[in-house]
Amino acid sequence: MSTPLPPADFTPAGFTPAGADETFWTATTEGRLLLPRCESCATVIWYPRPFCPRCGGRDVMWFPASGEATVYSYTVVRKARGGYRELTPYVVAYVELAEGPRILTNIVGCDPSEVGIGQAVTLVFDAPAAAAEDGGVRARLYRFRPAD
Amino acid sequence: MTVRGAAFIVGAHEHPRRDIPDLSVAEIHAEVALAALADAGLSPPDVDAYFCDSDAPGVGPLSMAEYLGTRCRHLDTTETGGASYLSHVGHAAAAIAAGKCQVALVVMGGRPRTLRLASGPSLAGAPETHYETHWGITDTVHNYALAAMRHMHEFGTTSRDLAEVKVAASLHAQHNPNAFLRKAVTVDDVLNSPMISDPLHRLDCCVMTDGGGAVVVASAEVARRLPRRSVAVLGHGEAAKGTGNGRPGLTYTAGVWSGPAAFAEAGVTPADIDYASVYDSFTITALMALEDLGFCEKGKGGRFVRDGALVAPHGRLPMNTDGGGLCNNQPDNRGGMARMIEAVRQLRGEAAAEVQVPDCRLAVVHGSGGRLATRSSAATLILGREDA
Repeated sequence: MSTPLPPADFTPAGFTPAGADETFWTATTEGRLLLPRCESCATVIWYPRPFCPRCGGRDVMWFPASGEATVYSYTVVRKARGGYRELTPYVVAYVELAEGPRILTNIVGCDPSEVGIGQAVTLVFDAPAAAAEDGGVRARLYRFRPAD
Repeated sequence: MTVRGAAFIVGAHEHPRRDIPDLSVAEIHAEVALAALADAGLSPPDVDAYFCDSDAPGVGPLSMAEYLGTRCRHLDTTETGGASYLSHVGHAAAAIAAGKCQVALVVMGGRPRTLRLASGPSLAGAPETHYETHWGITDTVHNYALAAMRHMHEFGTTSRDLAEVKVAASLHAQHNPNAFLRKAVTVDDVLNSPMISDPLHRLDCCVMTDGGGAVVVASAEVARRLPRRSVAVLGHGEAAKGTGNGRPGLTYTAGVWSGPAAFAEAGVTPADIDYASVYDSFTITALMALEDLGFCEKGKGGRFVRDGALVAPHGRLPMNTDGGGLCNNQPDNRGGMARMIEAVRQLRGEAAAEVQVPDCRLAVVHGSGGRLATRSSAATLILGREDA
C-alpha cells in the first residue's frame, strides 16, 4: 500500500515569495531542491536566507541537493485538521539531507508502518499543478520516499 | 544585580471555570486580574506595571491596562508562548529591583474551548513558516510527537514512561474540584487511548480549556505591609531554542539554559527543590524538561518518573499537584500561568490537603512555548516560601 500524497497546500494567493524564498520555491516548480551555501565558511544553510546564520557572511550561492537523506525522526499522523483531515494516516518526518540540514517533510510511497529512524529516503516532488492564473509561483512540495 | 529578596508574588488567582462561553476575553482578563489584586489586598490604582502577551485583547497592554483602571509606568509584552508569564515574573522582579516599578500585574486568559481554536501567535510572515508548517503539520502535537519519537530512539524511553506523567497528574486532579478531568487513570488507560500522532496518545495530550490567571509581583517594601503570606522570587532564567540552522537536536530543550540560570541566581540546586510545577502540554514536554532542569541525567527521564516519583505528597519530586495541563487547566493553550499559581499555593501551604507537600520551602516553575525542542522558548523560576 502506498501513502497518497497529501495536497500541496499553498498557492500563489496565499504566498507571494520574495528574496531567497522566491529563488527556492521557483526552483521547486521545475522539480529542483536548491540549497543555499555560505561561500565564506561553506556552511549549508537551512532554511533559506540570503546570509549565513553561522558566520554572518552575505555571499550565498545556491546548489542542487542530491536528494539523498535519512530519517532523523518521524510521526504517523492519525488526527489532523483542514485538508489533511481526510488523509490520515500519513507520515511527517525530519529527514537529514546528505548535505547536512534536517528538514521537515513527508515520507510517501510506503505504508506508514514501514518507516523507521535511520531509513534511507529519496527526494520526490508533487506533480506540477495547473499554472497559476495570477502568474504567481505555483510551488511544489518536496517529499521523500524509501530509497531503492 | 539579583532579584533575590527584591520581589515577591503577593497575589494569585486562577479562574475557577474551564468553559466560559458567556464572558469576553477582556472580561476573563479583568476577572482574574481583579481577583489576584484582591488576593494581595490591593486594587487597580496600586498597579504601576503591566505584563501580558499576545493573548491580551488590543495592542500589547494598551487596551487592558486602561480597561482595568491602572496607571502604569512600566510595560512588558514579552511573547514566548506558554512560557510568557514566567518570563513576565522574572522581568517584573528585575524591574522592581531596578526601581522601575513597585506593583506589577501579570495577566493572561482566553477561550479556545468556546471558540474551538488552536490559539497562539500568528506565524504568517515568519521567515521559517513555509519550511515548517506544510506537509500536514496541522497541530502542535505533530511537532511534539517528532521529539518524543527521537527521544525513544536515542534513550529507550517508552510509552509507559510517558504515561506515568499523566497518571501522576490524574491522581492529583482528583483533589482539585475545578480540574477539567478529575478521574484517576492508569498507565494502561493512557496506552489504550487513541493514538493521535505516534507515539503520543490522546491521554498524552493536555486539555483545551477556557480560562485564565493572574499574579501580582511587588517590591519587598509593598509585600511587607500586605496581610497575606507572600512568595519570594529567588531566581529566573529564560532562553530560546530554534532549529539551529537546520540541525535541530530534538532531545533537549531551551530548559538546558533557562534552568541553570535560574538555579544559579537563586543559589540552589535541583536537590534542594521540594515541589515542581513543570509545563506539561504533552507528557513528553514534562519528561524532557525534568532532564533539562537537572533532576536526572539526559535520557534518564523515563526511569526518573517511574514508581510514583511525581506523586504528592511523598514522591521523590511532587509535580503539578493541581493536575497540570494534562488534567486541570491549560487556559488559552498556554500553561505557564496555571502551573505557576499552583507553586504559589504550595509555598503558601494552600494546596489541596491531600497533595500539600509538607514543609514546602522551595519550588521550581518551568514553562515552555512553541514547538518542543525546535521553534521554542523556556523560562524557569525558583520561588521560595516567604522565609526561604
